[in-house]
Order: sequence, then C-alpha cells, then structure tokens
Amino acid sequence: MTFLGMPATAPRGVGNLRGEEPFPAAAHKALANAQLRRNLSHATTTIRGKSGAVISELPDWQELRDAGSALKAATMARLPELLEQLEAKVTAAGGVVHWAADANEANRIVTGLVRATGHERVTKVKSMATQEIGLNEALQAAGIKAVETDLAELIVQLGHDKPSHILVPAIHRNRSEIRDIFLREMPGVDPALTDEPTELAAAARRYLRETFLSTKVAVSGANFAVAETGTLAVLESEGNGRMCLTLPDTLITVMGIEKLVPTWRDLEVFLQLLPRASTGERMNPYTSMWTGVTPGDGPQNFHLVLLDNGRTAVLADEAGRQALHCIRCSACLNVCPVYERTGGHAYGSVYPGPIGAVLSPQLTGVADNASLPYASSLCGACLDACPVKIDIPSLLVHLRNEVPHPRSERVAMAAAAYTMDHPALYTRAQHAAKLSKHAKRLPPPLNGWTASRDLPEPPAETFRDWWAKR
Amino acid sequence: MSSRDLILGRVRAALRDAAASEVPRAYRSAGTDEADIVLLVDRLVDYKAVVHREQDVAGVVTSLEPGRLVVPPGIDRSWIPADATIVEDEHDADAVLTAATVAIAETGTIVLDGSPDQGRRRLSLLPDLHICVVRQDQVVASVPDAIARLDPRRPLTWISGPSATSDIELNRVEGVHGPRNLHVVLLPPAPARAF
Ligand code: SF4
Repeated sequence: MTFLGMPATAPRGVGNLRGEEPFPAAAHKALANAQLRRNLSHATTTIRGKSGAVISELPDWQELRDAGSALKAATMARLPELLEQLEAKVTAAGGVVHWAADANEANRIVTGLVRATGHERVTKVKSMATQEIGLNEALQAAGIKAVETDLAELIVQLGHDKPSHILVPAIHRNRSEIRDIFLREMPGVDPALTDEPTELAAAARRYLRETFLSTKVAVSGANFAVAETGTLAVLESEGNGRMCLTLPDTLITVMGIEKLVPTWRDLEVFLQLLPRASTGERMNPYTSMWTGVTPGDGPQNFHLVLLDNGRTAVLADEAGRQALHCIRCSACLNVCPVYERTGGHAYGSVYPGPIGAVLSPQLTGVADNASLPYASSLCGACLDACPVKIDIPSLLVHLRNEVPHPRSERVAMAAAAYTMDHPALYTRAQHAAKLSKHAKRLPPPLNGWTASRDLPEPPAETFRDWWAKR
Repeated sequence: MSSRDLILGRVRAALRDAAASEVPRAYRSAGTDEADIVLLVDRLVDYKAVVHREQDVAGVVTSLEPGRLVVPPGIDRSWIPADATIVEDEHDADAVLTAATVAIAETGTIVLDGSPDQGRRRLSLLPDLHICVVRQDQVVASVPDAIARLDPRRPLTWISGPSATSDIELNRVEGVHGPRNLHVVLLPPAPARAF
C-alpha cells in the first residue's frame, strides 16, 4: 500500500481486527465442525431466499445500487468538508463531537465519558465499530460493565463466544444451542424453556427489561450520519436499539468516519438498499433517527465519537478505497461459498466473509492479515450481491499483490479456494479425503488449506451459475 | 495537534487523487407513484400488524381491551373510549394510542415524529400494545416520498410491524423488546381545511 503522508493503520495490541492464527489454520478447524456448517448453511439459505424475494419486488433495484455506489464514492471524495459539516450540525443541535485517531483513543474517550456520569454500567446496541476497537474490554478494565442488548450479541456474550457474522453474530448457533446457553447462563431463566424461537425471544425480553429501565448510559453505533442535518440513524429489529437510544440520560455513539452521507435525501437510497440486502425485509422493524438533543425526549447528553483507526490508510489506496463504501449488510457473507464452509471465526477479525477479507488487511496493513486476501474462490457472488457494488474480487486480487507471502502458500490457498467453487474437483477432493487411510490430509496442493475428512457436500452448481439464475 | 486536525489532515492527504463524481438518480424518486392503500394494508399484515379500516377509533380501542392506556398530550380526545383507564406513566401502561406522521405503502412502514399527538419516543416503546391511527392522506407510496415529507430535525421512529428479530437462524420472529402487538387504524382522509 502506498502511504501518502500521514494516514495510519489500526494499532496492534488493541481491538479485534487480527486473528490468533492465519486463515488456513483456523478454517481447517472450522471445516471439521459439521454442526457449524449445517447451522450456517441453513441460515444463509434462508436469508438468500428472503432477500432475493424482496429485491425482486423493486423494479429499480439496479438503479438504487448505482445511486448507492456513486453516493459513497462522492462522499469519500468530499469527506473532510462533510465531516466538518456534520460536526457543526451535531454541535448546533446540542451534541458533543469527539475525534478518535485510533482504537486506544476511542476507548479512552468513551471510558472517560462514562466515568464522568458516575455510572458503572452501560447498555450497548450492536455496533461493529465498538467491537473493532475492543471497547467492552476497555470498559471492563475500567470497572464498567457493558451489557450487550442485541439478541445475537447476548447469545455470544452469554456463551463466552465470539461473533461470527456482521449482522447475526450468533449465526453459528442453532435454536437448541441457544436454548442450552440461556438455560446455563441466563439468571432467572425458566427451566422449562423450549427451543421455540418465540420463547427464546421472550426469555431475552424478560431478562433485559429491568436493565433497560435502570441503566443511565448507552453506547451505540450508527448506520448513517447525514452531514447536511447532523442526523444519526440506527436500523434494528428488536427494539433494543430504541431502548438504548431513548431511555438513558446519556448516549455515546461511536461511528467510523466513512459512515457519512452528504444529504438527508440520500437516505432514501440506503433505507431501501440496506434492509432488503441484509435481513431480507422490505424494511427492518425499527429505525431511529435523531439530531443532537431533543428537549424532553430521549437522552439529554449526546456524544458522537468519530473514529479513524486505519480508515484513512484505506482511503489512501485509490484502488482499495471502495472497501469503505460498505454499509455492513452482510449480503456478501450470505452468498460466499468459502464463508458458508468456514464460518466467521476463521477470519479472525470482527469483519468476516468477503468484505472482511479485504477490509481487515486494509485496516491493519496487509502484513498483519496476510492470508485473508486468499480466503476466496474469486467466484464473484459477493460483487453481484453487494448493494453498493463493491468489487471485492478485484480488491482481493489487488491485495494479493501486496502480500509478502511465500509462493507455495499462495498456490495452496488459491487451489483450495478454486476447488471450493468447482463441484467436480471438489467431489474428487472429498473422495480423496474419504479414501485416504493413511493420511487425514488432502493431497497437495490442497493440504495447506484443509485437512479434514469431514468435507462438506459440494454444491450442485457453482455459485456463479446459481447467482446468474436469480 | 488535536486528533481532529490529525484525522482531517490524514483524510486530505489520502484523498489527493480523488475527484468528485456525479450521482445518477435513475431510481423512482419522490412523486413517481400514487400511494396505494391496498398495498399498505397488505404489507402491514405481511409483517404481522393488525389493520382496522374504521372511523370509530374509540370502538377499536375498546375492542382490543387495552387495559391501562397511555396517550400523548395532543391526542384527539374523541379517540379515547369513555370508560378507558388512562395512566400518566408509560411504565405502568399496557397499551399506547398514538397518531402518526407518515405511512409508506411499499414497505408497510409507519413513521412517528414526536409531534404532540405522537408523544416522546419512549411512550410508544414500553407498552406491549401499540395502537396507531393513520389518516389516508398521510400514506405515501415509497421511501423517497416519506423522506421528502419528514423533518430530520425531529426525532423519528420508523416502525414496520411489531418488534421482531432475525437472530435465530435468520428467520423473522416477532416479539422481542418493543411492543409485541401493533394495531393500525386506517382513517379516511381528513376533510380539507379552509385557510
Ligand atoms: S461489502 Fe457489500 S455486500 Fe458485503 S457487507 Fe458490505 S455492503 Fe454488504
């Protein structure tokens, strides 16, 4: 990556952008987990069907994608001016704007703000940015308890687990695993709890109600911020977002500097793209929008923390810049044949799947996530699915050229990824694995990537073919 | 150097080669389509809201057996049943009755903007039953139509069906933290006012 002057990557030793092991090693373990793969396959099949159906209802989906893509590019080109405008508008509406150059500074700012309120507990509504910077860990170190309120986050937190999907961090858990976690970890839970999804949702409602009503400080992320008006928007489903955004006295929102849109009108594009591409709904159940402080309604203290943490380094790479256009819908995860087989944990970063394979190495510098640009078969399904048309396959190739890797590893990764998208080859590899008595490992060059006998069933058709038919 | 100046400096350095571009807006913008009431009803019902096409709001409220009812200060008093149990605090309420600002047919969405007949945001959040009254002249066709009508300086809550989650196996399940029951009363258009 070419660094033009000062833009800096995300610092080491804080946050959740770097895995403990390279992708091939982590994927190897995940591939051995048949339950994980069944859960993922079930969930991603469901969401692809729902999303495809509601997208086909819109006659102008492609035009919305064109507008969304161009809007993001236009936003990046004018980012300094728009950030200053946002700051001025939020300030004028009674909010306080803070700037955080990296994860450490953001954690320091938020911890300081919570301390100043005198409270020792915060509610949180799912925010990728605060996971990225490791805010919960920082708060805990300062004696402040962070309660995740999103159902999936709660499942992850109670299960002492890690998120594995952008939108549904507990996608790797099925309903009976969720019930088991609740029975084991949720204080006061009804021992007769079944694995009916409505009962599980009701259990979470009961468990969190008192916490919502008694917690005075909340931390949120934001899906969009409108520079023209200073308006912030959070899209959610359960109402935990509404609870966090309206009940406390103090609200602290942590947002990456790329989340801006220039004008109020621009939201008309993203409010159509995001729900249909992410949860496969015409509209998510709840969207909250607020501008600074509203006297007599909601938090009377509002802080907005604008986060860099490597984003300016991404911005400095002309070819890589478009990774910042991502609106975190997770459609690229849901169509990715590699993600469906390995799950999100294998990527090591809070950003898994195709977008994670490009964004994480860009935020940290490619050397710190050198195997991720290979975590793809380059089948192109992610580009077709992306509501803002990020060309992830080209970005992956671009990043591969920056990886300081031995050639042999490149070959192994590329071959394994290629095999994933070619049913005949895949079946042969699977057979080879089953027949091999002596070695659990696949023959080279595949042995560098997967060494499991428990290979998944190959898709009947390639993802490109499958997607083309939709 | 402040972090503000540091970040803005980094962004400027990073963007030296970036050129502003045109944004194509070939999608259906505001004013393209007529609002379709039948479509609105269909979309509301699809996301598990219950729709009442009635004049008599108080009658609908009574039929829903609301229990302890909370209302915003500017509510139309004729909507409140004579024998309703009105409570002051939303914490104690089983049900809330509000008006709305805009409804979007294509997505089955209702938007509240904190006006006196809708109340502050927590009012429509804590009770388990939300009865929302929508006038037909508040119904628009699409998201762009809604954006054109709304005032971003007001706190806005966009509601599409009752509280739900997609977090269990990526299927929609109704009933988490927000109201688990959403009833929408669709009124005929308000009579034109003389100015
Ligand atoms: S890269 Fe595109 S498809 Fe993937 S999460 Fe981001 S916006 Fe969605």
